[in-house]
Amino acid sequence: MSDSIALLQQRQEEIVEEFAYFEDWMEKYEYLIDLGKELRPFDEEDRTDDNIIRGCQSRVWLAAKRTETGTLTFRADSDAIITRGLVALVIRALDNLSPAVVSGADLWFVQRIGLDTHLSPTRANGLLAMVQQMKHYGIAFQAR
Amino acid sequence: MLNSSLIRSQFPILSREVNGQPLVYLDHAASAQKPIAVIEAQREYLMHLHANVHRGVHSLSQQATDAFEKARETVRVHLNASCTEEIIWTAGATDAINLVAQSWGKTNIKSGDVIVVTRMEHHANIVPWQMLAEDKGARLEVVEIHENGELMEDDFQLKLKMKPKLVSFLHVSNTLGTINDVKRWTRESHAVGAKVLVDGCQSVPHMEVDVQAIGCDFYVFSGHKTYGPTGIGVLFGKKELLEAMPPWRGGGEMIDTVSFEKGTTYAGLPHKFEAGTPHISGAIGLGVALDWMRGVGLKAIGDHENTLGAQARHLLEKVDGIRFIGTSEKRTGVVSFLVDGVHPYDIGTLLDPMGIAVRTGHHCTQPLMDFYDVPGTVRASFGVYNTLQEVDALAAGVERAVRMLR
Repeated sequence: MSDSIALLQQRQEEIVEEFAYFEDWMEKYEYLIDLGKELRPFDEEDRTDDNIIRGCQSRVWLAAKRTETGTLTFRADSDAIITRGLVALVIRALDNLSPAVVSGADLWFVQRIGLDTHLSPTRANGLLAMVQQMKHYGIAFQAR
Repeated sequence: MLNSSLIRSQFPILSREVNGQPLVYLDHAASAQKPIAVIEAQREYLMHLHANVHRGVHSLSQQATDAFEKARETVRVHLNASCTEEIIWTAGATDAINLVAQSWGKTNIKSGDVIVVTRMEHHANIVPWQMLAEDKGARLEVVEIHENGELMEDDFQLKLKMKPKLVSFLHVSNTLGTINDVKRWTRESHAVGAKVLVDGCQSVPHMEVDVQAIGCDFYVFSGHKTYGPTGIGVLFGKKELLEAMPPWRGGGEMIDTVSFEKGTTYAGLPHKFEAGTPHISGAIGLGVALDWMRGVGLKAIGDHENTLGAQARHLLEKVDGIRFIGTSEKRTGVVSFLVDGVHPYDIGTLLDPMGIAVRTGHHCTQPLMDFYDVPGTVRASFGVYNTLQEVDALAAGVERAVRMLR
């Protein structure tokens, strides 16, 4: 558990460091678009209505599984590429951590890299709902 | 063309920057920016004129009432209604449609009755009728459209054969820009005994509207889309219909006498439908907005926006894979589009740091998105203050965004 927390912190620090190089918004978006394009393919069998997280404008799919070591692993996708890029960042932070750490994760990196507006409740991209769903998976898998 | 710099100087918000870029505001169809005349009218009211209306014998209340009722007369003239009793203040167009659904609808719609709307309606002209239909056991029938965004005439005639009690449609589509032949549709709907409501949210800001020439029974529009304040809208209704309709909301302002013993009697028109203290400064601001538009010239405003829309289409056509949604010959300047392989949300997200404000998404017309089988569109919509330079910025911005996204 403490390993997981340290890992989450370390990953977030890495992301913040990467974004420090970008001079303006367009560079950030170009990077997000690249991340979106590189996001691991989503298993088509997981593209079910149960796994859909409806935003107002872009849709997000999320699937969670428990690995043999007891950590949580996520796959996600979106129909909008910038949302996919944001999804990729969130997964990079939370993938393969213990359910307890996922359920209580504080994703402070989002604000540090200036993308917090994308995770605000008024933003219609489904991303905040995705993070909440990931935490719910964390809670659910702890209970099993 | 209009004198853009003179007009723009009257809109304080246009001088601000967004994300370090000059604001290019192309979301007029969602809400118009406000000229200084409207801002000053509301300020003047709050600074020097505020009191509750229709109540006090004191001078301030009289003056506030005079200003409030003068605005009603301005709306009457603007729509060419025959008398001010036909002009009801509402909180907006949505509120006005709900008033008709809950008052006229509750007393006139019965189980098995048919209400007709079209595929291109805004949710505000769908959901109130769905709620009424569910409540009454009535049926909502939808007139389908062609690919170009025009109504399917055969289907319209078919739906009229069902002898609807009410036919409700928009004058101009907020998503497609299609200008509907509301005069003929009204005549043909009346011929089968239906009452007619016209949603004028996207027409009043752009063109002359004459409710007597159209002949409709109800006409609604919102203040904030026509350079006026938010929270104020208008229901026009034919006097004899409004008189026969029961009040919707009860409270102060709308009564004649109230008694526990003898019951309550209601005020006459238009106050019967205006329970509670109204949005006085909003009504006054809306009156000033309509006067301001007339000062510029309604035809000049419409022509200007059409020029901008045509130029936007001309420039955007060069974007590889662009698809315009709404291609009728009879339309306003609004431009809705998609680009192959690119999500509209991504285009809107990338235009934002460039200072360009467009709307992306379904524009509160989900049934229309289902028809075109798209998740949404990017929509640029123009007002009197927009310029050809801004259209250039839009086209360049879209090209840049698409290059980044592909």
